Amino acid sequence: MDFATGQHAFAQALLHADAPLPVGLTGASGTADAARFAVYRNNVHVGLTRALAQRFGVTEQLVGAEFFAGMARAYAQDRKPSSPLIINYGDDFPDFIAGFGPAQALPYLPDVARLEAAWTQAYHAADATPLALARLASLAPEALAGLVLFPHPSATLLRSPHPVGAIWAAHQGTELADIEAWQPETVLVVRPEMAVNVHVLPAQDGLFAARLFAGGTLGAAAEAALTEQPTFDFGAALVGLLSLGAFADIHHGDVP
Amino acid sequence: MNAVACEDFHAREGYPTLKGLPARAGLGLKPEHYSHVLEARPDVGFFEVHAENYMGAGGPPHHYLEAVAGLYPLSLHGVGLSIGAAGPLDTAHLRRLRDLIDRYRPQSFSEHLAWSTHDTGFLNDLLPLPYTPETLARVSQHVDEAQQAIGRQLLLENPSTYLLFAESTIDEIDFLEAVAARTGCGLLLDVNNVMVSCVNHRLDPAAYIDRFPVERVGEIHLAGYDETVDGAGDRLLIDAHGSPVKTDVMALYDLTLARTGPVPTLIEWDNDVPAFPTLHAEAVRVDALIASQAARRNVLKRAG
Repeated sequence: MDFATGQHAFAQALLHADAPLPVGLTGASGTADAARFAVYRNNVHVGLTRALAQRFGVTEQLVGAEFFAGMARAYAQDRKPSSPLIINYGDDFPDFIAGFGPAQALPYLPDVARLEAAWTQAYHAADATPLALARLASLAPEALAGLVLFPHPSATLLRSPHPVGAIWAAHQGTELADIEAWQPETVLVVRPEMAVNVHVLPAQDGLFAARLFAGGTLGAAAEAALTEQPTFDFGAALVGLLSLGAFADIHHGDVP
Repeated sequence: MNAVACEDFHAREGYPTLKGLPARAGLGLKPEHYSHVLEARPDVGFFEVHAENYMGAGGPPHHYLEAVAGLYPLSLHGVGLSIGAAGPLDTAHLRRLRDLIDRYRPQSFSEHLAWSTHDTGFLNDLLPLPYTPETLARVSQHVDEAQQAIGRQLLLENPSTYLLFAESTIDEIDFLEAVAARTGCGLLLDVNNVMVSCVNHRLDPAAYIDRFPVERVGEIHLAGYDETVDGAGDRLLIDAHGSPVKTDVMALYDLTLARTGPVPTLIEWDNDVPAFPTLHAEAVRVDALIASQAARRNVLKRAG
């Protein structure tokens, strides 16, 4: 058996718990022991499920370690990391959870996982100086409406019909905190410097932020927000987002 | 080089080696210890990081590694190149390694005699390969390609294994030595892996150390193993990196030092990472063994 064929057979046996041991293995006793091959199988599965548990710690707390392990195993069975960068593993785990039958009883679970995926992405994202309010203050007021703001490289905006930010925050201490109101939330995950921050935005700013993150101009985003909520305060929303470090740069007019 | 004068001069900071890391105990740099290391600046010979944990674009990993690398010698240890794969090396990954090495200029770069990538993706484990003329040619080609890509020598680490391949025709030490001879790479001698593999395959660990080409060793690794039994009830050691170095591995390490002389030695503790003082105590234990080995050598040299 050539090298490539042998390694392929080893990998196939590794990935399927009920597969027979690959041929050609042996040991000091002269035979291949299944318990020994199981060490390799276990390393692969435990390594990947542990990586998911570390990244999705609140998700794990919400469903319990045993349920999480089963869900992570089901995910890892068909989705090996596409590269040795295990720091990226699980980027699409939230989408998997959304389609995972046994998790349907917790409709907020995929969005909590999305928040946690965004947290790790923010942690490893490129560094950038956040856009300062002064950059906008120097512009003529009529130039503002056509301005497009580029999100900070670390920033993710998550709009959820569930209070995902409150759920996440409730699990950060040693004791579970209360969730005051069960309502939709728009959450900004961003790392303007070295600490990753999770902010729940004021409800009336959610659509405005979403339009800006989608590449809309300040004018269009403000108009949409005002249409949705006539009490929307453009200045307060913009200053608020800038103070959180949500953006990194500006562009005049439509992005090519 | 005047070895005695050099060792005397560096009695406090450590003993320089040709590989660049000081011949002292080093520790893995863990995110939970970043702040403590920068504030307390513990007396540690060097720090080692897994290359793949520093391949993000930015953020705290780079921020802290930059600061720590400014204060301590650095060893970069790859866990994802898959040098022992039958298929080709991942050129994108080689580029990431080269960029990291260019950025941080580590005193040492090491990888494993193992494979971890297959067409199904990255398997996140260090998997074994048979030792045959065909695999020797493939591994040598991969080491050569890697060294060319990163523009420097790498140290190749002996694996811990749980099974053997019936088709193997080359002894593991001969295999490693042949790769080193063909490619000019150095070797990383993981003494815990020696204990794990030798117990698992009923070989004599001391005999393994005795035969190892110590002149090629640029770094030593130590770690704690777990122990269980296989289906036949035989001892089965598992390379676990989640506990202090076991007594028998420490004794084997002392035996190794008698052959190698003082060598940069990393304590690997990657799972259930303890508070820093516990890790540091392991480094102090290892530094004491290195120092007593250096002292014995000086006595021998003066007597001779």
